[in-house]
Amino acid sequence: MTEPGDAPRGAFFSRLKAGLSKTRELLFMNVGAIARGIGPVDAGVLSDLEEALILADAGAELSHEYVESLRAAWRRGELPDVDSLRARLRAMVVETLAPRMVPLRISPPYPFVVLVVGVNGVGKTTTIGKVAGWLRSEGHTVLVAAADTFRAAAIEQLAVWAERAGADIVRHKVGADSSAVAFDAVRAAEARGTHVVLVDTAGRLHTKSHLMEEVRKVVRVLGKEMPGAPHEVLLVLDATGGRNAIAQAKTFQEFTGVTGLALTKLDGTAKGGVVLSVTREVGAPIRFIGVGEKAEDLRPFDAQAFAEALF
Amino acid sequence: MFENLSGKFQDVLKKLRGHGRITEGNVEGALNEVRLALLEADVNYKVVKEFVAAVREKALGAEVLASLSPDQHFVKIVHDEMTRMMGSTAQELNLARKPPVPVMLVGLQGSGKTTTCGKLALQLQKMKRRPYLVPADVYRPAAIEQLKVLGRQLEIPVFDSRSDADPVAICREAIRYAELNGYDTVLLDTAGRLHIDAPLMEELARIKAATDPGDILLVADAMTGQDAVNVAKAFHEKLHLTGVVLTKMDGDARGGAALSIRAVTGAPVKFVGTGEKAEALEPFHPDRMASRILGMGDILTFVEKAQEQVDEKQAKELERKLRKAEFTLEDFRDQLLRLRKMGSMEEILGMIPGLGGKMKELKGAAPDEAELKKVVAIIDSMTAQERRNAKVLNGSRRKRIAAGSGTTVQDVNRLMKNFQQAEEMIKRMSKGGKRGMGRNLPFFR
Ligand SMILES: Nc1nc2c(ncn2[C@@H]2O[C@H](COP(=O)(O)OP(=O)(O)OP(=O)(O)O)[C@@H](O)[C@H]2O)c(=O)[nH]1
Ligand SMILES: [Mg+2]
Repeated sequence: MTEPGDAPRGAFFSRLKAGLSKTRELLFMNVGAIARGIGPVDAGVLSDLEEALILADAGAELSHEYVESLRAAWRRGELPDVDSLRARLRAMVVETLAPRMVPLRISPPYPFVVLVVGVNGVGKTTTIGKVAGWLRSEGHTVLVAAADTFRAAAIEQLAVWAERAGADIVRHKVGADSSAVAFDAVRAAEARGTHVVLVDTAGRLHTKSHLMEEVRKVVRVLGKEMPGAPHEVLLVLDATGGRNAIAQAKTFQEFTGVTGLALTKLDGTAKGGVVLSVTREVGAPIRFIGVGEKAEDLRPFDAQAFAEALF
Repeated sequence: MFENLSGKFQDVLKKLRGHGRITEGNVEGALNEVRLALLEADVNYKVVKEFVAAVREKALGAEVLASLSPDQHFVKIVHDEMTRMMGSTAQELNLARKPPVPVMLVGLQGSGKTTTCGKLALQLQKMKRRPYLVPADVYRPAAIEQLKVLGRQLEIPVFDSRSDADPVAICREAIRYAELNGYDTVLLDTAGRLHIDAPLMEELARIKAATDPGDILLVADAMTGQDAVNVAKAFHEKLHLTGVVLTKMDGDARGGAALSIRAVTGAPVKFVGTGEKAEALEPFHPDRMASRILGMGDILTFVEKAQEQVDEKQAKELERKLRKAEFTLEDFRDQLLRLRKMGSMEEILGMIPGLGGKMKELKGAAPDEAELKKVVAIIDSMTAQERRNAKVLNGSRRKRIAAGSGTTVQDVNRLMKNFQQAEEMIKRMSKGGKRGMGRNLPFFR
């Protein structure tokens, strides 16, 4: 099975790199000569590094941790120049994220049910559109469930994506019970022998317990209709967002369980460094990253590429 | 995380308390905690640096007020400086010009522009203006439809944009149409875009040039991280923003982006979005935002002050009464007086953790400073029976009480309404259990 976006890989790298290059610039902004790899590492470089990490939303605590461990290595004489420092930091990031590089595998029994959750506006519907397109290109049949019955025109938005991808859609009226939509979708997929069901849910802030209960119910109903479903609960996080992603991940984990993460909007200047903290709180792997608004702007997560583009 | 910081901060403040005044030697620990708290609140690293430097300077240079201990004084400086940086007063839209007045909403994808458009239109309508909604997002699937649906729900007219039209032409034409049909405020809902997307940023500049808006509002998500400065800077440089709307404030993000955006653009936050419903739009209060971003500092002072003012026995007694729904006007007066000793109502409400969306309700229920005296006078003019059972207060009794307290019948009526609200709220809170806010109010504990 090929990964999403395999073909334009070169283009992807340069795009991700372009997005992340700002951080790289910041990293070595104040260390002109050293950045060219001639000067020695000094305390100033280390604090610039800490600043860059914080600016990438890695958080003060974690950034401090990284830099302290770099500092210790530097004192031991292990990091004589900026190149070695850069390599070490990259290795640390890769070490943290490499275990999270587990792509989503679609496997029988069909339908394989994916529930997509997240706070408002992070890119759930768009991600579903992209994932549906990728799965179709892999030869899978796909059905999307319009379980966001709340937001104005959410159903129409998903319908457009379904049509683009060549996926079926199950939709109810505005205001309908979202678990009922999810239930019907699985029923329909079972009847039609569809491989994958992608359930779009309304954006909800994790602090609203009644809305969290509602999505918990969707999970329950899915499990009742089909033992083992949902096979994947994909939490979508917005790379533009800051530290709040940690609370989001924890709370969704508690209410729905989270088996995969998608990190969207990495095509901007935001770095998504908060995933470094999120993966500490939530065991789930990062399945996808979003790098644009088009169907093809979906990539598997690659720790090495992420770190490389960053440093 | 937040609890950790708060605990650490408390320790640092305690150390400060032991000293006679704030010195270079004893202030660093506290400053570092402020720094960490702000970073965790998503205030931009560079803005934090500036802020901490400003606080350090003020703290060291300041005459310590006789009435405050050094730790209290420090918290006050932090809070004052934050409030000052947030801008001091609530700001309204620039509507005072020849209609129709275009208002342009811009921002990143998913920040909440379309929802905000609907909310603003509803508010404008309540102000007796005639708003007109214009969907100018021709890119995102069903974005036009989304605004049309909102318009239908709110019974506010929407321009019939077509997704194959040019956004600049749509806006120009919509304004012409508004002029002909007597709509006085035209809300332009532009597509979400990345600040580094040059062609789309250029499109916004062309919409601006074609429509000459009274306001260009950046709609930003309260959850935005460090990147907020880059985004705000890019939009500001291209368009010269007149204001900011901060959305999704009903969540638990501390909203440090507000400070970052303000620091970069100087544009005031004009509104905050506090929910998904069309009514959930509120004017911005810099002091409350400051409290929220700081979080802990304010909670601490609140707790401290509350501890000073409420003694255990009184609190227990009150709790018993609340449980049994025996809360009377007399208790109401006592509570108000006790609260009064703790600071202004605004201040106190801002200090209560976890209040969030409940703020508005509480605000209605609590009289402002000047009114407090009146309230007390009114309650004092009642008979014991009236105080215990407010239901007996008919028209003639109210007239008598007004005369007795040197107020008007309207004043008495207003008080009764406030009391009723307080009563209802308290009932709800005492039912709220663990998740309710009752637990968070030290004086109701
Ligand atoms: N630049 C960029 N934009 C994205 C990406 N993913 C989604 N978007 C945009 O973000 C906006 C919100 O996306 P949606 O898919 O509607 O988000 P959602 O989570 O379904 O939103 P709600 O259902 O309203 O909560 C849209 O304008 C998308 O085009 C991405 O990877 N990059
Ligand atoms: Mg959606």
